[in-house]
Amino acid sequence: MIAHEKLSMAQALNRALRDAMSADPSVVVFGEDVGPLGGVFRITDGLTAEFGEDRCFDTPLAESGIVGVAVGMAMNGMRPVVEMQFDAFAYPAFEQIVSHVAKMRNRTRGKVSLPMVIRVPYAGGIGGVEHHCDSSEAYYAHTPGLHVVAPATPSDAYTLLREAIASPDPVIFLEPKKLYWSKEEVELSAHAPAAGIGRAVVRREGSDATLIAYGPSVPIALEAAEVADREGRSLQVVDLRSIVPFDDETVCAAVRSTGRAVVVAEASGFASVSSEIVARVTERCFHSLAAPIRRVTGYDIPYPPPKLEHVQLPSVDRVLEAVDDLQWELS
Amino acid sequence: MTGDAHHLLPSAEPVTLIGVDGAALHETLPDDAALLRALQGLVTARRLNEQAYALVRQGRLAVYPSSHGQEACQVAAAQVLADGDWLFPTYRDTAAIVERGVDPVEALTLLKGDWHCGYDPYEHRVAPHTTPLATQLPHAVGVAHAARLKGEPTVVMALCGDGGTSEGDFHEALNFAAVLKAPVVFLVQNNEYAISVPLARQTAAPSLAHKGIGYGVKGERVDGNDVAALLAVLTDAVQRARSGAGPQLVEAHTYRMQAHTNADDATRYRKDDEVAAWVERDPIVRLEKHLRDRGLLTDDVLARMTEAAEKTAAHTRDGINRDVEPDPAELFAYVYAKPTPQLIEQGAQA
Repeated sequence: MIAHEKLSMAQALNRALRDAMSADPSVVVFGEDVGPLGGVFRITDGLTAEFGEDRCFDTPLAESGIVGVAVGMAMNGMRPVVEMQFDAFAYPAFEQIVSHVAKMRNRTRGKVSLPMVIRVPYAGGIGGVEHHCDSSEAYYAHTPGLHVVAPATPSDAYTLLREAIASPDPVIFLEPKKLYWSKEEVELSAHAPAAGIGRAVVRREGSDATLIAYGPSVPIALEAAEVADREGRSLQVVDLRSIVPFDDETVCAAVRSTGRAVVVAEASGFASVSSEIVARVTERCFHSLAAPIRRVTGYDIPYPPPKLEHVQLPSVDRVLEAVDDLQWELS
Repeated sequence: MTGDAHHLLPSAEPVTLIGVDGAALHETLPDDAALLRALQGLVTARRLNEQAYALVRQGRLAVYPSSHGQEACQVAAAQVLADGDWLFPTYRDTAAIVERGVDPVEALTLLKGDWHCGYDPYEHRVAPHTTPLATQLPHAVGVAHAARLKGEPTVVMALCGDGGTSEGDFHEALNFAAVLKAPVVFLVQNNEYAISVPLARQTAAPSLAHKGIGYGVKGERVDGNDVAALLAVLTDAVQRARSGAGPQLVEAHTYRMQAHTNADDATRYRKDDEVAAWVERDPIVRLEKHLRDRGLLTDDVLARMTEAAEKTAAHTRDGINRDVEPDPAELFAYVYAKPTPQLIEQGAQA
């Protein structure tokens, strides 16, 4: 059965959890404040009331314990979906994630798989104080054994979370906080949808240059493409959706079609997902490129205080300046 | 302190049922069959420790953290469990893993270097042993909590050492287990040293079992070289956990008779006479004396036990001496249920 509803990303994530819990009794949700409060962003709103305390429960305030307990529950037949309250508050769980979540399947030659999802409200743009705005995707993407997903639209949030919960592999699910309240028509499904994780999507067609973005940077890229269009330049926008697995095919086909590319990402640029994208696209598309690939990223500084975060965040102007730099005089 | 909290405290001295001279110190001991089964376990565990140590010297194992001297803890931890229970071992607990039923060759795969874990954890319900400290304890809580949600009577035996109790995951695991009322028995083998660091530099707590009260968990102390006491205390703990009383913490006082591993030099941090004092408290000598004094053990019976241990050692030796050509393709096969396009590409190049 398929229904359509206009939902915010927060509501879409909530619906994905509800629908997954209804479809599969082994799905359990836990973390800090996810019970009666419904999570600080209300993503788990109503789940304890609807499914009971065994299915959605508050835990002690300890992220390593949350992830470690989820590992054990996944070993014993459950599908845990745990919430890290904020990006930087997930770091206490880092050892569990890197040493066990990512490695259990490989360690046991596939005997023990860990079907679990670690949801992380992430990135900035909400005026959050220190430790509430980190873009931590590179830490996870660098770790073999994890899938790393970042939706940019309510529809993708719903679809990717359903698919992440159904996946036999652990998924780091990065939710761009600043997009929680963005709304669109969402297609809801009784069954877990397929073929989202690992597939990038072209959000906007264009012929002059390709903007490659994911998560919170996708709306910036789309806005930049809109402005550029008015100025007579046609920009294509690719939304990665999934950082790991990475969709080389879609990204490279897009870049080859335009011959120019700019990567837009909020995280600091040094040793980042954006640098990986530039490296792999350059390796594969060098002969199709009319100019070096440019990046618009966060600077290599600790995330700024709220009154200065506009300096750090990729903006439409910074994207358009990078596009202007793509050696147009040579074409 | 309220009366409610007092019952969470351990006894003033570790529980001992059989003294170092083999004499019973208590009228109720585990039954004769249980003690004989324990002795067989001890003899096999000691022989396995010796065999593994020899295999390191022969270059067949990369490293072996021996439980020599701690065999009573190893054997009791495994023997008190039912088939449906789980064991979460540390890297020093190969003997417990084998006592639980895992093939010793598979148990030693990590240390041989063919792969990270050589056994199927579901076959005997033994989690993989790994080298990070205390990180397995939250997993144990998760397995126990999932079992409770499914209505299964599973108890999880979670092992760690004295050093491991300083890790954050020890604290988080006990706290989660207590809040969730998870059926976990945490067995701390206090062998006095974390590599070179003595217990006095590890904790200022009156005992490691006292740590339980901070979580609302019942703590108990037991002589870790007295397998009878271990069987009694752990059987009680398992029974309480199974009956819904929540997690239990047991500290076993024992001693690591050998260096941390073959790569360590224990003479740099402890005196020979300290080690010698523990020789007298050897868990095998003590039980053997007790059983002989009671006429339950004859030379014939012991010879049969030794023969069984020799069989295990021979099987271990043969298996570890057999070279298996590791297949590089395997490195790419298990990272994900479905390999990413990037791994397929890299696997073809490797």
